[in-house]
Amino acid sequence: MNRNLYDLLGLCIAVSFILALKGLASPKSARRGNLIGAAGATAATVLVFFAPQEISQSGTATTSGHHHTLLILLAILFGVVVGVPAARKIQMTQMPQLVALFNGVGGGAAALVSIVEYLKLGSAASTPDVVATVFTVIVGCVSFAGSVVTFLKLQEIMTTRPVVFAGGRFLIAGTLVGVLASAAWVIHSMGNTSLLVMGLLSLLFGVLFVLPVGGADVPIVISLLNAFTGLTVAASGYVLQATLLIVAGTLVGASGTILTRLMATAMGRSLFGTLFGAFTAKPQAAAAAGEARPVKSGSPDDVAILLNYAQRVVIVPGFGLAVAQAQHTVREMADLLTSKGIDVAYGIHPVAGRMPGHMNVLLAEANVPYEQLVEMDEINPTFPQTDVVLVVGANDVVNPAARTTPGCPIFGMPILDVSQAGNVIFLKRSMRPGFAGIENELLYDPKTTLLFGDAKDSLTKVVSALKNL
Amino acid sequence: MSNGLALLSIFVLSVFIGFEVVSKVSTTLHTPLMSGANAIHGIILIGAITVADRAVNNVQLSLAIVAVVLATINMVGGFVVTDRMLEMFKGKPRKASQTGGEK
Repeated sequence: MNRNLYDLLGLCIAVSFILALKGLASPKSARRGNLIGAAGATAATVLVFFAPQEISQSGTATTSGHHHTLLILLAILFGVVVGVPAARKIQMTQMPQLVALFNGVGGGAAALVSIVEYLKLGSAASTPDVVATVFTVIVGCVSFAGSVVTFLKLQEIMTTRPVVFAGGRFLIAGTLVGVLASAAWVIHSMGNTSLLVMGLLSLLFGVLFVLPVGGADVPIVISLLNAFTGLTVAASGYVLQATLLIVAGTLVGASGTILTRLMATAMGRSLFGTLFGAFTAKPQAAAAAGEARPVKSGSPDDVAILLNYAQRVVIVPGFGLAVAQAQHTVREMADLLTSKGIDVAYGIHPVAGRMPGHMNVLLAEANVPYEQLVEMDEINPTFPQTDVVLVVGANDVVNPAARTTPGCPIFGMPILDVSQAGNVIFLKRSMRPGFAGIENELLYDPKTTLLFGDAKDSLTKVVSALKNL
Repeated sequence: MSNGLALLSIFVLSVFIGFEVVSKVSTTLHTPLMSGANAIHGIILIGAITVADRAVNNVQLSLAIVAVVLATINMVGGFVVTDRMLEMFKGKPRKASQTGGEK
């Protein structure tokens, strides 16, 4: 294929990715945008088989014709067979894990691409190429290893608590120094051993860097690693002289950076604090182990009565709601209350769920009307006029400790100010603290009623009690 | 080096486009944004295909083929799951720019 035509088509594909992201400005155009992006990606994949032949960098030989095409097609087929069912079957609650995993394999792929290109260029590689390769391999490996650990944490295959061990920070610092030293070694010697050492150290660093991050902060890490993978792809685009990879990778890098920053703000902490906080935070497990204090627990009927005689009810959904698959039941209850003339809204914390905007997706799945979902900044001033707040499976996002207890891990995080409302009802499985592992004082407040049990179960009982009133 | 400079220019301009476009994304759609952006970096697939195509020995070829598989999972899976999510946002009252602003 003609080089100019090929590059022109590449430009169109780059534009399709920009349109894909632009479409997300509104739910109306979002799906179409994504399909445009997918079409662009598909076209790019087909197109690359017709790419004009490059003169090999060593300048001696030109590769003639395409090789291994059948093998490559089989590999793509295999990837499709693995990827599509995973994407189709995953539950919406498990979305963060899936994103982490997809991100990890993408980072791994980018690192491998650069390694192969490096092996092939050998001593013919120019210094900028080697520097870009080193960057890709380090960041790609960190992204891959980090994403796998993130996946294991979110899937609760391993503990969601920060993993901190004696000398951990020295080990991390040491590994980082090792990565940088081996990077210098690679640039200096252009050897294969040094590259292997650097890759392995980068993988180790990726693991060590995510281990101390607590469960609640894991989404920030996913977003950060997403940005990393984007930049990795951009850097391999530089090595391969592929404009499309540079544009696509950079777009992802930008979106990951913005999201990371937004999330860190929504949780009221600095990025640095998130990543390295576990090393400096005092263990508060001891404080959380306080003696059993009296709480007011109620029956589904009590809850139904409270709701029935309210003017305005705000539902604060948390991840517990999604885990119990209670989205549909909660909507049923909201519909019932609305039909009784009660004003119902959902208060959505920016990090409700496990990633930004996750709760919107989960509630959209249950067909909750769009206009009832109210963001934190808009709903907070309305709490004093709210009679009943129903907190379903959320904890940290309504924990006043974020305002009152300096030094606790969530201090400074903006919260939904539910304590301003007339009554607060918590639907909880147990007195166990939330994902961040902090005791919630609001549970002991006299105006708080607790209804223990599985969220879906409890809600079903409340709904039938409401119907009988 | 002028080629390197051209690539650098593309990179810098893309940074600005990226920030511009992404900062307009509705907060409601941040999860699909993450998975959509994730799918887009699956485009490393074309890099993987390119190096697999040019591989001159079995070590290079096997590494490149692994990259092709991983990148395909990333790209195809990413777009499919994003589409699944966005599908659920259809057929709702479309008040994207003023989400939940009404009483």
